[in-house]
Amino acid sequence: MRRPRQFFLSTAFAFFVWSPARAADDIGIVYLGLNTPHHIASTLLDPPPADPGLKGAALAVADTNTTGRFTNQHFSLGVMNEPDAAAVEMAFRLALAAGKKLFVANLPADLLLKLADTPGAASAVILDATSSDDRLRQADCRANMLHIMPSRAMLADALMQYLVSKSWSRIMLLVGRDPDDALYADAIRHAAEKFQITIRADRPWIFNAAAQQADTGHYQVNDEVVKATQGVSYDILVVADEADKFGDELAYRTDQPRPVAGTQGLVPTAWAHAMDEYASTQLQTRFHREEGRWMTPEDYGGWLAVRAIGEAATRSASADPAKIIAYLHSPDFSVSGYKGPELTFRSWDGQLRQPVLLATDRSLVSISPQPGFLHQTNDLDSLGYDQPESSCHHR
Amino acid sequence: MPPPLRNKSFFASFFSKKEESFFLERKKQRTFIPALLLLALYASPAFAFRIFVSNEKDNTITVLDGANFSILKTVAVGARPRGIVLSADGKSLFICTSDADHIEVLDLASLTVTRVLPSNPDPEFLALSHDGKTLYVANEDNSQVSVLDVAEGRIVSEIPVGVEPEGMAVRPDDKIVVCTSETTSMVHFIDVATHNVVASVLVGTRPRFAVFTKDGSQVWVSSEVAGTVAVIDVATHAILHTIKFDLPEVPVAAIQAVGINLTADGRYAFIDLGPANRVAVVDPKTFEVQKYLLVGQRVWHNAFSPDEKFLYTANGLSNDMSVIDVHALEVTQSVPVGQSPWGVVVAP
Repeated sequence: MRRPRQFFLSTAFAFFVWSPARAADDIGIVYLGLNTPHHIASTLLDPPPADPGLKGAALAVADTNTTGRFTNQHFSLGVMNEPDAAAVEMAFRLALAAGKKLFVANLPADLLLKLADTPGAASAVILDATSSDDRLRQADCRANMLHIMPSRAMLADALMQYLVSKSWSRIMLLVGRDPDDALYADAIRHAAEKFQITIRADRPWIFNAAAQQADTGHYQVNDEVVKATQGVSYDILVVADEADKFGDELAYRTDQPRPVAGTQGLVPTAWAHAMDEYASTQLQTRFHREEGRWMTPEDYGGWLAVRAIGEAATRSASADPAKIIAYLHSPDFSVSGYKGPELTFRSWDGQLRQPVLLATDRSLVSISPQPGFLHQTNDLDSLGYDQPESSCHHR
Repeated sequence: MPPPLRNKSFFASFFSKKEESFFLERKKQRTFIPALLLLALYASPAFAFRIFVSNEKDNTITVLDGANFSILKTVAVGARPRGIVLSADGKSLFICTSDADHIEVLDLASLTVTRVLPSNPDPEFLALSHDGKTLYVANEDNSQVSVLDVAEGRIVSEIPVGVEPEGMAVRPDDKIVVCTSETTSMVHFIDVATHNVVASVLVGTRPRFAVFTKDGSQVWVSSEVAGTVAVIDVATHAILHTIKFDLPEVPVAAIQAVGINLTADGRYAFIDLGPANRVAVVDPKTFEVQKYLLVGQRVWHNAFSPDEKFLYTANGLSNDMSVIDVHALEVTQSVPVGQSPWGVVVAP
């Protein structure tokens, strides 16, 4: 199949030659976050960091300012980490009133929509750095919002493509009780149908968490997992537990010896500790040197959101937010994400096209799209909602 | 959404039947190499030249006899050897041992490391002035170029550049040095007299390697993620042409331009295309791609034999070196070397 090259460089860049001399133009980016109390993780290992997302954004500001030395652009990050939704809304209104136009958000879907619909926000851009909600890319999409992280649909498609490539075509689905778990499970069901994977059992996880940290609790956990997984023949157990409440307790305890994938086990994700391909070692070590911990997917989202703004400012050779926003939305835009190809935004829903990693805690297992999953214009569009399936009409 | 293809191997999806059979042929050829080597050893009284390959993952330099590709020695060096360059007198090899945070000097007579030079952290690639006196080292992890006085073994200057500098090249008159910074996507032109960056040119994403034409009028810069090569006019800093590579049978992400070498007669440019596993042959006058040569996997850097009749490529994933006949534009042989070959240099 002949596929045209999607991304190429305009020769117009030939005119962008910088000479050091004049004073730098300041480009202000506002980071909006919500300080929510952290849930108790199911393991003492890898405690969730206090500020996932923000540290990635901060690193990207440093990276982009190194470039800015040669383009006479200086980037600054105004951080607004607020205690509740009302405070975030207020901070956003104040920033808009102060003329700010470039926002990076680490916020839940409902709050993102409120901000996007705020009077005066139409001429701004909100880079949604962390959400994976499909509705923000579908019926609830907004023209002034761009999505950095893969949607749940993309994550699910990435996993299902891999299962197809392994001929592991029968799954058991085990779904947690949180609303986000239901959304993840829906994405898995949709992807399974798309890629002809059979769901042999679709079960809720009904047990209470925390037994595993009591003495002898592991016996109880083992019994629970056996009960939850018995009586059906399948190839791989797929778990939907976005808050890490029970998913880590499934492997090695199932009734039949089966691997685990989904939110735990083999995880489809934007970023992973184990990623070291496509020069990502440079980004991983740079982040670890600054923060003393590994980069989480949220950090990667924050990093990539700021890098996208930086790249648009560099390539448009402008510090004018209107021009930067226009470039972000233009077909010329692309950004490198240490995952192979140049990353671009889908015109129909504002989603950043990207490869999705499939990784365990210590190993990069694969990267989707899998070889052989082709698309008429861009193989990355074999992940998530393609243009004909899009229900986004606000763009 | 086209129907998913079942049971199609990674390999098969990348390569056509013809190419698969080519790989099988190459494997067959390899089995004949030992016999050929023995014959060649008897036939050649002394080596005319030697080939040095840096192996990033097993911390060695493979030394090969240029006449028959027998391995003369595998030299253990510091951690993560990547960029290598020959000294002006041809008597030693400068090695960026990136994770050891210094440069090792391999004496080519004794094939031992006889000297260690400072480099600042994470030296990835380096270029030597044509007078042999100054090394310019790209420090990938801290966004600078270190200028090293070779005789004194001392860093005389540090020049701030963009994020993840890698490609380094010195103009034949030693007056201009260029550095590519990968995350910044720029080529920085450095004035040797002042050590100032005098211009920065935006090119395709992740520029990796730069090389000047023999007359110094152009610099060719490869971009890994964009999969392009920019030809830049050195006097005006304008991009004269952007070379693109059309390989329908290869995933777009696999077309990553890296090493470049230009023949002295101006007839050919050879451009390594990374995980596309091909070397593109380009006419430097028209910038048209004339041919794609299928080599080993993830081809990184390349070097000519002294007479420019052959080109050798370091293939990072297949752990071998491909031999290209420059006149016939054919791959004639592949030679196993160390683990993750990165750079290749020929010493007359």
